[in-house]
Amino acid sequence: MKFGVIIFPGSNCDHDTHNVVAEIAHQPVTYLWHDSDDLKGVDAVLVPGGFAYGDYLRTGAIARFSPVMQSVKKFADGGGLVLGICNGFQILTEAGLLPGALMRNAGLKYICKQVHLRVETTETAFTNTLKKGEVLKIPIGHAEGNYYCTTEELKRLEAEGRIAFRYSTPSGEITAEANPNGSLANIAGVLNEKKNVLGMMPHPDRSSEPLLGSADGWRIFESMIAALATK
Amino acid sequence: MKAHVTVTLKSSVLDPQGQTIHNALGKIGIEGVQAVRQGKYFLLNLSPALSQEAARAQVERIAREVLTNPVIEEFSYKLEE
Amino acid sequence: MRAHDHPANNDKIGHEKMNMRRRLTRSEDHPMQTSTPEPVSITAELLAQHSVTPEEYERILAALGRTPSLTELGIYSVMWSEHCSYKSSRVHLKRLPTRSERVVQGPGENAGIIDVGDGWACAFKIESHNHPSYIEPHQGAATGVGGILRDIFTMGARPLAVMDSLRFGPIDPGSELAKSDPATLAHNHRIVEGVVDGIASYGNCFGVPNLGGETKFESCYSGNPLVNAFALGLVKKDEIFYAKAAGVGNPVIYVGAKTGRDGIHGATMASEEFKEGSEQKRPNVQVGDPFMEKLLLEACLEAMKTGAIVGIQDMGAAGLTCSTCEMGARGCVGLDVELDNVPQRETGMSAYEIMLSESQERMLLVAEKGREGEVLGVFAKWGLDAVIVGTVCPEPRLRIRHHGVLVADIPNTSLTDDAPLYRRPVGTWKAPVPPEPPADVLAELDRPRDYTADLKKLLASSNICSKRWVHEQYDSMVQTNTVQGPGGEAGVMRIKGSGAPGHERGLVMALDGNSRWAYLDPKLGAMHAVAEAARKVACTGATPVAATNCLNFGNPEKPEIMAQLSAAIDGISEACTALGTPITGGNVSLYNETKGEGIYPTPVLGIVGIIDDVTKAVPAGFQREGEAILLFYLPESGDDTRSFGSSEYAKTLLGRLWGKPPQLNLSEESNLHRALAAVIDKGLITSACDISDGGVAVSAAEATFSHGIGGRLALQSQESTATGALLVLFGEEASQVIVTCKVENVFAVIDLAETFGNVCVAEIGRTGGDRLEITLNGNPVIDATINELTKPWAASLSAALHDEVPA
Repeated sequence: MKFGVIIFPGSNCDHDTHNVVAEIAHQPVTYLWHDSDDLKGVDAVLVPGGFAYGDYLRTGAIARFSPVMQSVKKFADGGGLVLGICNGFQILTEAGLLPGALMRNAGLKYICKQVHLRVETTETAFTNTLKKGEVLKIPIGHAEGNYYCTTEELKRLEAEGRIAFRYSTPSGEITAEANPNGSLANIAGVLNEKKNVLGMMPHPDRSSEPLLGSADGWRIFESMIAALATK
Repeated sequence: MKAHVTVTLKSSVLDPQGQTIHNALGKIGIEGVQAVRQGKYFLLNLSPALSQEAARAQVERIAREVLTNPVIEEFSYKLEE
Repeated sequence: MRAHDHPANNDKIGHEKMNMRRRLTRSEDHPMQTSTPEPVSITAELLAQHSVTPEEYERILAALGRTPSLTELGIYSVMWSEHCSYKSSRVHLKRLPTRSERVVQGPGENAGIIDVGDGWACAFKIESHNHPSYIEPHQGAATGVGGILRDIFTMGARPLAVMDSLRFGPIDPGSELAKSDPATLAHNHRIVEGVVDGIASYGNCFGVPNLGGETKFESCYSGNPLVNAFALGLVKKDEIFYAKAAGVGNPVIYVGAKTGRDGIHGATMASEEFKEGSEQKRPNVQVGDPFMEKLLLEACLEAMKTGAIVGIQDMGAAGLTCSTCEMGARGCVGLDVELDNVPQRETGMSAYEIMLSESQERMLLVAEKGREGEVLGVFAKWGLDAVIVGTVCPEPRLRIRHHGVLVADIPNTSLTDDAPLYRRPVGTWKAPVPPEPPADVLAELDRPRDYTADLKKLLASSNICSKRWVHEQYDSMVQTNTVQGPGGEAGVMRIKGSGAPGHERGLVMALDGNSRWAYLDPKLGAMHAVAEAARKVACTGATPVAATNCLNFGNPEKPEIMAQLSAAIDGISEACTALGTPITGGNVSLYNETKGEGIYPTPVLGIVGIIDDVTKAVPAGFQREGEAILLFYLPESGDDTRSFGSSEYAKTLLGRLWGKPPQLNLSEESNLHRALAAVIDKGLITSACDISDGGVAVSAAEATFSHGIGGRLALQSQESTATGALLVLFGEEASQVIVTCKVENVFAVIDLAETFGNVCVAEIGRTGGDRLEITLNGNPVIDATINELTKPWAASLSAALHDEVPA
């Protein structure tokens, strides 16, 4: 199975994401240039973190117009796996592939630290090797990760099991103190209706090796590989 | 022709920056402000060849599709000859 | 503007005279130009506006053999400014050690470079952005980060990590300043917020991890904040690029942001004292665009891979002026540039403005003739402006044309190597404080105290408290190499693709500078800065191998300031020689004075270390329960009441300053570093933390914080007095490290460590529990839960910044 990592000019986690797939997962992986609509026949698209086109207007606002994103939309419509991490999540919401929006952090500052996430659903291609209620330690690094959607949308997400992760305490409680950025209902990651597109603010790419403080993020890549293998 | 576009968070969406500014006003002793909402301002220089009507259509499209995220933001604008 | 350039190279002067004649003949090729640039009418006022002294003007006349044009005067004024020419410090900087087997590039280039093995080299440097950060904290600090990053990637190196040394005025709402001058306190808050936000926004977007550094507060920095940015990057040893022009006829290419009127005379601003009204220089401050910088990084590294680039330099201070004449001077060639080709953001810019603009995110490069297309193609791919603005010519002169008219024609070396060199009078410096503790202080020291309460106060003090509020705003993890991020002793980065797979080599970096100590004794204080930064590196298990320095001082025209500078350089030289860490570059920032009030002399040292297997690096805090706590120390270096006057305890709890910094034995310090490297390489210890601000009590408390693992320490004092207790608990004796190890390894650690010189090891306690308990000669002196101690330490910085401040 082949992974594709998109490079926008301001992507800065493209190499990191590529490195996890190539060096840790030992899977084939290729870069996808923003200005091209060719997805090179990949089986999964990774939209990495960074500041796609500078993000001066809104995070991800310009990226959704790029040629590569037009192809990603079609790819997702056809059931292809798409994982958006951090800026990737912001781009996927702007592009309408995921519901809601990511606003400025409630504390108005960029935050980089390890956080804990509770796994809310395991019936997805991204979480199939995890246990429901399990707590992962994965870092965040963003200024705009405050998830927002309407009350009706939130009800739908909850009813349809489309909230992938919530910020929690290390023991798995969902509390206001465990919420680093003011996200609605402590939401850290959401899925689209078909559950083939996941967006998450925390960085599994930064937590796939014990040397870096946590290897919990690796479990998400592992799940994707497992899902693709049975496809 | 110029278009002045203002983008703000929808009134139903929490605006922590606006709140922070409001708190700061209180701290420095400025009273009589009930609330502050902050937003963004864009100045678009349009081609003089555009008709008033075409200009409106153009500006609305830009504001809707590029300058705002409809999930959280709304816009208003003013045209100036 | 490059730091520590070697002093004037006199052989080049002969060339210039010869070339004056050649220039006249060459002018026939350009029928539009007049033979010399149009002279400006020189007045005393015009020279003063350019900070050019009458003597310096005489030198300009001699170098040109005629009256300069306005553009030429502007060019001389920025190139001969203190900031670019180091005219006051160069004679002293020569004394710094700059060589070792590892040094690939010493001072004089955009950054220093050392060999780190496996074909990799590390480019690194520290630079100040003090004055701009006072005028506009956010943009000043942001562009400081941008500048140092360009210095690194100009050499072909991808930036791997940054760190900052920050100095601010007091911010504590409970401080004296809050009562006496609340406006200054509020201003200090805005500077802290702006600087941190500026560093964060630039580095985070660019995508380089920030590993912290140090943040300190003293009254002297109220009007003179210091922002020193230290960056480090990696490059394959055979892919290093230099800022040198070569190859007559080769095209000179301008890349990046368009030129605007920003920052004109930033370099001269950075070389003047602040006076009332300096804030009005605000338009001079440049605005940074980190996205543009990121594009430049990727595009430059990709363009370098084409093999068509001959030389490259960033346009930092003094912009186009500095890059054109320095590249020419290094290559002993000239650059002939037509300003009409320079991309401009504003209309109607004069030659003077274009040459002096400090617009950010611009680079100048020389490409191989005939291969311009390949280079331009790469920049186009990244959506960047790249245009040919001139050519390399044989005469070593800077020739600038505007609309085809020659507006400047200057021998390169008159701007660089032959810039004025001052042997400013070096007076004497003696800090105006008592050399010995005054009688009332001695009485105070000998009064019994609640040491636990004192410890809490120290932990809450702005210099010691947690800087998490700062560090969490920085992306410390991007690039996935961060093994130890902010908050520990040093930053530890893995080098992907080096060493053995899964056991890659590591680069370690640390910053240090205790300006209070440098104020009391500039030489000894500077030695401590080197020793402590190196010790922090050694605490991780790495071997310190090289250094970069940022010398922040007051007005060099005052003999006592020159005395501080000269003594500090002596101290750095001695310490760097003894510890095997040559200086490969750095920066000097003078005139850090506002309204005649100078800063403490602040030499800041950045040290780089190497650890062969990064998985062996140890952290600073206690890792497991039930381990032995050991103290590595040197014999007979006990603290006394004289050096206690330099401590954080004396400052915070007594509000006093006296005496001298602690003693330092450099050869034994070096043995200590070797001992640490040896025990860590053998996997014998589990953590190591340096004892510094606040003494052993503070270091032990901090060691309990990282995992919430407590400890019991039994300390000994020869004197059973209250003073004796204070010295043991809070004295800041040098060359001491708290180490933990498995109980069964205690003897192995002692046996190995004590083979290095006079290094001594004492077992002083056990980790475990949820309290910190310290006894002295068997009597309990400190006892508190970790929770009680963490609270004041963790919350105090953000509380100070967010508390109500009377306007």
